[in-house]
Order: sequence, then structure tokens, then C-alpha cells
Amino acid sequence: MTPRLRKGLTALGVLLFWVLLWALLARLVDRDLLLPSPLQVLQRGGVLVCSGAFWLTTLWSIARVLAGIAAAIVLGVLLAALTERSALARTLLSPLMTLVKSTPVASFIILALIWLGRSVLPVFISALMVLPVVWANVSAGIAGQDPLLLELARVYRLPRLRVLRRITLPSVLPHFRAALSSALGLGWKAGIAAEVLTVPQRSIGRMIYESKLYLETTDLFVWTAAVVVLSLIIERLLLRLVARIGRKGGETHAAAA
Amino acid sequence: MLRLHKVSLSFGDRAVLRGCSLDLPAGARLALMGPSGCGKTSLLRIALGLQAPDAGDVILRAARASAVFQEPRLLPWLSAEENVNLVLSDGPATLDEAGAWLDRLELGDARRFLPAELSGGMQQRVSLARALAVGPDLLLLDEPFKGMDEALRGRVLRLISDSLPEAAILLVTHDAQEAEALGCRILRYHEGRFEP
Repeated sequence: MTPRLRKGLTALGVLLFWVLLWALLARLVDRDLLLPSPLQVLQRGGVLVCSGAFWLTTLWSIARVLAGIAAAIVLGVLLAALTERSALARTLLSPLMTLVKSTPVASFIILALIWLGRSVLPVFISALMVLPVVWANVSAGIAGQDPLLLELARVYRLPRLRVLRRITLPSVLPHFRAALSSALGLGWKAGIAAEVLTVPQRSIGRMIYESKLYLETTDLFVWTAAVVVLSLIIERLLLRLVARIGRKGGETHAAAA
Repeated sequence: MLRLHKVSLSFGDRAVLRGCSLDLPAGARLALMGPSGCGKTSLLRIALGLQAPDAGDVILRAARASAVFQEPRLLPWLSAEENVNLVLSDGPATLDEAGAWLDRLELGDARRFLPAELSGGMQQRVSLARALAVGPDLLLLDEPFKGMDEALRGRVLRLISDSLPEAAILLVTHDAQEAEALGCRILRYHEGRFEP
């Protein structure tokens, strides 16, 4: 048995265990309103997935959250570059980032509700949650560049773009990857939470809110499952994209011995 | 090509260079010798502009300076040939040229190896290949032959001499034979200065 197959079978076994436990609990409770069974959720999920509205709703939510994450990545990288160059900028920005990290997301959502429109708010909240993580990790990556390699670049008068591509980028990428891995889930969850509180048109958050409102617990489970699955898929895709960028920047021709 | 005028440098209370002057015209070859920690490497770093002296002036007029440090300073995520190519165009157009330099340094089989897959001596030769590949008019070498056996060291010394017949060379070494093989005039450390 290959390690990959073994890993897959283990994951499947774990999933089966929890689904069976869920099914058992649902049978014990015996009330759909409190806890629908996995089969009911699966059936309802099948019905929803076959409707065009499901995909439209999902795509809009993905677009909002990804817009927020993308904005946070761009801003986080730019701010990291700035704060690693300027001690003053770092001194000014560090407490702000700590504040953002330690403030409950609900406080920001309510505050932002006063300042911003409902449809923009999930974008803003996703960005806000991801920004400190990206900034901190990219800063660490820039600061962690090997000074001996930077000296080498000076001696050989390497163009700035080459230094960026060959030294800075490969130094920062592992940190960036770690940031993405932890921030994506955070951004996604915060974005959906913001949608639940602001109920914008065509959003998973609105569907979750309405499921709760009309006591459609099965729908609530389906939409929650959709959030989890989408979060995993988006994380995988983005990390793969980052890995590809890493290969282009660094290990292009290297071959194992 | 390179002129240092009354350069001084201290580490805390310890003065290593005291009004040290050095003149390396185009094509000249000098070797700095002296006990460990006397300031040879610091002098090279000052010459390259990597370290500021406490006092004194440095004039560097090289069009293409290159250096081999005590440590190979290879980019760990690039293969041997990519490390050499880094100082050329860094594109596919000069990859063969980079590979040819590795061939000359007897590393033809290791072109696509990552630095971590090479021994210390092999890494140092990649670093030498990189320094020679740019066709420098000034080459600074800081004990670059560590980890090489005598026969290989002889061949590498010949390669440097043959490849750069007109370049100025500043060598830091503990071995007078290396200096002689490169045709360097030897300067020895004496009370904060390097003197013939």
C-alpha cells in the first residue's frame, strides 16, 4: 500500500467514524429541527446543488471573500515592504496590527456596518482578518533574508529585480505560504460571519441566516458544509498557485541527485 | 583599480587596522598574509564597500569586481549552474556558458545539483566559477581554496591565472605557495598594516 493510499484511507476512515457518530446522535435525538441526519443533509444538499441559485449564491460569496483576501495580500505585502524599510513605519503600524488581531471580529463587523455598505462589508472584514497575518509573515520573511546573499548581490551589482526574484521572493515565499494557510480559513470564516450579520443579497451568509430564521436546520447544515468544503478547495488552490510561483522564482532547473 | 588610504578599523577596544594603505593598480596581484583575526577579511570587506572603515578612504574603480568569500554564499534554492548564471544574464541564453565554467572547475556532473547536494569544497568551486564567469577586472579572493586537495588546488590556481591574465587580484591566504602560484606580491600583517 502506498503512503498516499494509506493516508487517503485513514482520512476516509476518520470521516466515516464521525458521520456514523452523527447518524447515531441524530437517531437518538430523533428531531430534524435539532439535528438532521447525514442522509437528510445529503439529500437536501443534492437538491440545493442542482439549483442555479445555489451556485450563484456561492459564487458571490466566494467573490466577496476572495476580493477581501486579495486586497489584504496586496496591502499586507506592500506594508511589510514599507515597515521592513522604515523603523518609523514599523513603530507606527505594529500596534495597529496587534489591535486588529486581538479585537473580536464581531466588534469590527458592527463598527463597519455603521461605516460601510452591506455588500462591501464582508470584503472589508475578510481583508481585515487576513491583513495582520500576511503583514507579520511577509515581514518575517523579508527580515529573514540571508545578509550574506544580499552582500553577494551588492558585490556583483545584481539588478534590483533579479535580487527580488532570486533572493527576496524565495526567502519570503515559505512565510507567505504559512500566512495563506492560516489566514485563508480565517478570512473565509470572518467573511461569512459578516454576511450572516449583514445579510447581503446572494450570499451564503444570508442563506444561513434565513435557515436559522425559518428553522430549516437541514439547510443550515448544507450551507455550513458548503462553507467548509469551499474553504478547503480555495485553500488548496491558492497554496498550489503560490507553490507554482515559488518554482518559477527559484527551483526551476534544480534536479535531485 | 583599488586604493585604500590610511584605513583604520577597530572591534571594540581592539584596533585591527591602523592607517593601513594599499594600492592595487590594474593587472597587479597582491596577497595579504597574517595571523587569523588580524583584519585581512575586514580589509577585503572594506574594499568591496561591504563595511565602512572607522577612518580612511577607499577608491574602487573596477568595472566588474567579483569576489570569492570564505563561505560559498550560494543560493540554496538554485542549482550549481543557476548560481553561476545568476551573475550572467540569469536567463537561458547564458546557462550553457555557466555550465562551461563549471566544467572548467571539474563540476560538469554537478551542474544541476543544489548546493546542499555538494560537498563544501565543491560549493567553493561553484563560487569560484561564478566569480570567474563575469570576466572580472578585479578579483578578490578570501581563502578560497579550502576543502581542495593539493592537485585540484594547483589546477584551479592555473585556471584562475589563465582565465584572467589581465585582472587585478587581491588574495587573502595563509599559504605562500598559493600566492606564488597566482604571481601575487605578498604583503604581511604588521602592527595594523600590510607591508612587503
